[in-house]
Amino acid sequence: MSQQIPHESAILHVTGEARYIDDLPASDNLLLGRVVYSPHAHARIISFDLLKARKAPGVVAILSFKDIPGHNQMGPVVKDEPCLAETQVTFAGQAMFLIAAASDAQCRAAEKLIEVKYELLDSILSIEDAIEKNNLLGPPRTMNRGDADTAMKNSPHVIKGELRTGAAEHWYLESQAALSVPGEGPEITVYSSSQNPTETQAVVGEVLGIKKKDVVVEVRRMGGAFGGKETQANHTACWSALLCRATGRPVKIRLFRDDDMIMTGKRHRFLIRYEAGFDDEGKIRVVKLELNSDAGAAADLSFAIMERAMLHCDNSYFVPNMAVLARVWKTNLPSNTAFRGFGGPQGMAAIETIIDRIARVLHKDSLDIRKMNFYGLGDNNVTHYGQVVENNHLHTMYDQLVKSSEYATRRKSIEEFNQANEFYKKGLALTPVKFGISFTTTHLNQAGALVNIYNDGTVLVNHGGTEMGQGLHTKIQQIAAAELGVSIDRVRVNATNTSKVPNTSATAASSGTDLNGMAVKNAIEILKDRISATVAILFNEKDASVTTDKIEIVFENDFISDAKHLDRRIGFAEAMPQMVLRQVSLSSTGYYRTPGIKWDKTKGWGKPFHYYAFGMAVSEVLVDALTGAVKFLRADILHDVGDSINPGIDIGQVEGGFIQGVGWVTTEEIKWDATGNLMTHSPDTYKIPTAQDIPLDFRVALLQGVPNPDVIRKSKAVAEPPLMLSLSTWLAIKDAVSATANHEFEPDFSIPATNEIILLSIEKLKHRKKARTSHQMLE
Amino acid sequence: MKTIAIKVTINKKQQQLVIKPNLTLLDLLREELGLTGTKCGCEIGECGACTVLLNGQAVNSCLVLAPQVDGQEIVTVEGLAVGNLLTPLQDSFLDHDAVHCGFCTPGMLMSAQGLLDHSLDPTESDVRTAISGNLCRCSGYQQIVDAIKDTKVSVNDTNKARIHTEKRT
Repeated sequence: MSQQIPHESAILHVTGEARYIDDLPASDNLLLGRVVYSPHAHARIISFDLLKARKAPGVVAILSFKDIPGHNQMGPVVKDEPCLAETQVTFAGQAMFLIAAASDAQCRAAEKLIEVKYELLDSILSIEDAIEKNNLLGPPRTMNRGDADTAMKNSPHVIKGELRTGAAEHWYLESQAALSVPGEGPEITVYSSSQNPTETQAVVGEVLGIKKKDVVVEVRRMGGAFGGKETQANHTACWSALLCRATGRPVKIRLFRDDDMIMTGKRHRFLIRYEAGFDDEGKIRVVKLELNSDAGAAADLSFAIMERAMLHCDNSYFVPNMAVLARVWKTNLPSNTAFRGFGGPQGMAAIETIIDRIARVLHKDSLDIRKMNFYGLGDNNVTHYGQVVENNHLHTMYDQLVKSSEYATRRKSIEEFNQANEFYKKGLALTPVKFGISFTTTHLNQAGALVNIYNDGTVLVNHGGTEMGQGLHTKIQQIAAAELGVSIDRVRVNATNTSKVPNTSATAASSGTDLNGMAVKNAIEILKDRISATVAILFNEKDASVTTDKIEIVFENDFISDAKHLDRRIGFAEAMPQMVLRQVSLSSTGYYRTPGIKWDKTKGWGKPFHYYAFGMAVSEVLVDALTGAVKFLRADILHDVGDSINPGIDIGQVEGGFIQGVGWVTTEEIKWDATGNLMTHSPDTYKIPTAQDIPLDFRVALLQGVPNPDVIRKSKAVAEPPLMLSLSTWLAIKDAVSATANHEFEPDFSIPATNEIILLSIEKLKHRKKARTSHQMLE
Repeated sequence: MKTIAIKVTINKKQQQLVIKPNLTLLDLLREELGLTGTKCGCEIGECGACTVLLNGQAVNSCLVLAPQVDGQEIVTVEGLAVGNLLTPLQDSFLDHDAVHCGFCTPGMLMSAQGLLDHSLDPTESDVRTAISGNLCRCSGYQQIVDAIKDTKVSVNDTNKARIHTEKRT
């Protein structure tokens, strides 16, 4: 069924007809909402005065926490996030007041009239500071295998170091947005740009003090999300809902870009301390890691993100002795949140740094160190948390990619180039990805669907997943059409709506198609069973000479037929009115839960993932040693998506994830000033990749002939894993920097490697080289 | 605030409008005329989501004041297709899976059209330069670059516009 059809909304997109929240037709009484937020990272609110602002022209409502009818709470897991600040603010950008007026200009004018008196308090703005003040968000966690201390003592070589990974802004093109429309009595409908409509429904209900039956949340599409709308879309939805409830009128909030960047959480910064022991060949014997993350001011998903970091700090490598200590720190910054990879990139950066250093210590190509430490096919195939690495494609992919990327030849020509050029250096690196697919919070691995067939033979599919550009609805459309044996244009996938499919999980963890595709399939199987029984009766009534059994009925090419007597068939559209006449229900729910996963969080042992997705990339860069500028020359990617449902969409996901990761490891640098205010709060100062930053030569292929058992249409999740392939780009830059000192010293290198950091790193290497030369001369 | 009257041709339709002098072209299109295909991404001319053609040149409509377009000609994404006829550029975006979340798509199309109107056979480098002011966070750009590069006919040449095989949904 693999089919390269365009995105289901592609025509709407290229004609400008596709609607996002901000494009929904406005009713005459629509109000615009604005959120007033704290300018201070940590302060006590002594008093505030809203009277003048309330009298400002055009203002219909100004709300503080005192005006919240329900609970002043929107924490998704831990109830530690007030919807509007009460007696104190704990980060700059925290919502304090809400304004509704006829225009944005009126809202902004009114905002200037709000008076607040603060008493400034000490703030914690770095992980180091949080560690010093022991400001833990929750108890530390550990994950251990073997005897790390003894193994370290007995290792021929030991390296120790520190690695920092930076924050990153999601930079979804559509900023956070919600439109709330009042209904009858307590009813409210919220059009939200949310990855998790069910949770948005719950949190809106909580702040309004109403039950879920009275709240409908609908998501047609998002203009990008990347995890940034998994929990934090709830906030904008709550704020618009509160203003809607207070005014009795529809209220839309779309955050201004800079406000979005200031108010919402980012990818978690990590401070990683590592120690690794290995033998003369480069085989890893032991790794000890201390993972410290910056959660920001509230829990949000920080513990789950740290858990995934702990589960991915092995990446693709067998580490016989492993000791991981993980601590989540609370700071006075916006609560950091889900971002594609969800801790995985930070964990993988640690082990890839270790491998890279081992190669430098042993004067080997890191490629060889990687290969010898890959999880084995028959042995050395159990992770440090007890899961067997099944259907391991690492070795196949390695062989294919090393060949197709001409790694050996290019390595040689790069060495020659670097010998011949003083001020330009090239770097090359291959890195693998092994990414676990499933929510590690096991119960979230479930999904629901509602499939309606109408008597004209068209099909409307509802499911719990949301469309954010990843092509989920297109794949669902393809799955539904294939399962029903009808053409694609008979099937429409509806906007995600909590009144159609309830109690869903977030569209996250790359699992949207796996979970919802199976739920849709389940609904269609139920429908086909009903239809088959009646079609068999129709056939047998028409001609009693042969008997059709319902199990012989097949759905193919827009026909329903008897597989044994192919002349007995009826068009799908022709059959549906017959079903209605014969009182057959053409509507069914479907449900799916991922089988066979079991995860003991306390012991840190079990099978948290349904399966692993694999990928591999080779990056080649050119570094200008005088400026630190990087030119991305070539990338070769081979990625495993099982049997692709839609190769065009999957390749797009691989390329997009990879380039998003390239941004994280290169140009995207988040900076806060000494008062905890974001300095990089605009695209002027925060640089995501542009079309000029992608590889000059970009080669992406999907691994062929690897059906994924027990998953919808034998496919594999794609969204997150390719992001981490960008570690190859980061290490290629490090390789080029290392070449400026003939690979004799370890470059001082963290994430992101901005031009500035590259240049500083080169300067440090120069000094070390110089120091050694003068030392040798003295001797 | 004083209002002023302007005459402007938008998507080949001449309009007489009375506007506030501080209105941006973006707000004129989206808020006053309901042409919401043009997107608002950053409002400071960095992301390119609001790109339209002003006298054939791609501009960020958030950085243009509406009074400046008096007597000028504007084309927005809504002005590309004619009824069910998609332009080859739009068609190429479909063929190359260049549409992901879609939010950058209108701006990308307008920057690309600005390029194709002046250059019938642009190189990959020309294409990358032409859309370097249009941010996309989903695709990694390659599919978009390929879509534009492979169009290689002027989208103004309506004779070459063809009906897309997909039904309009």
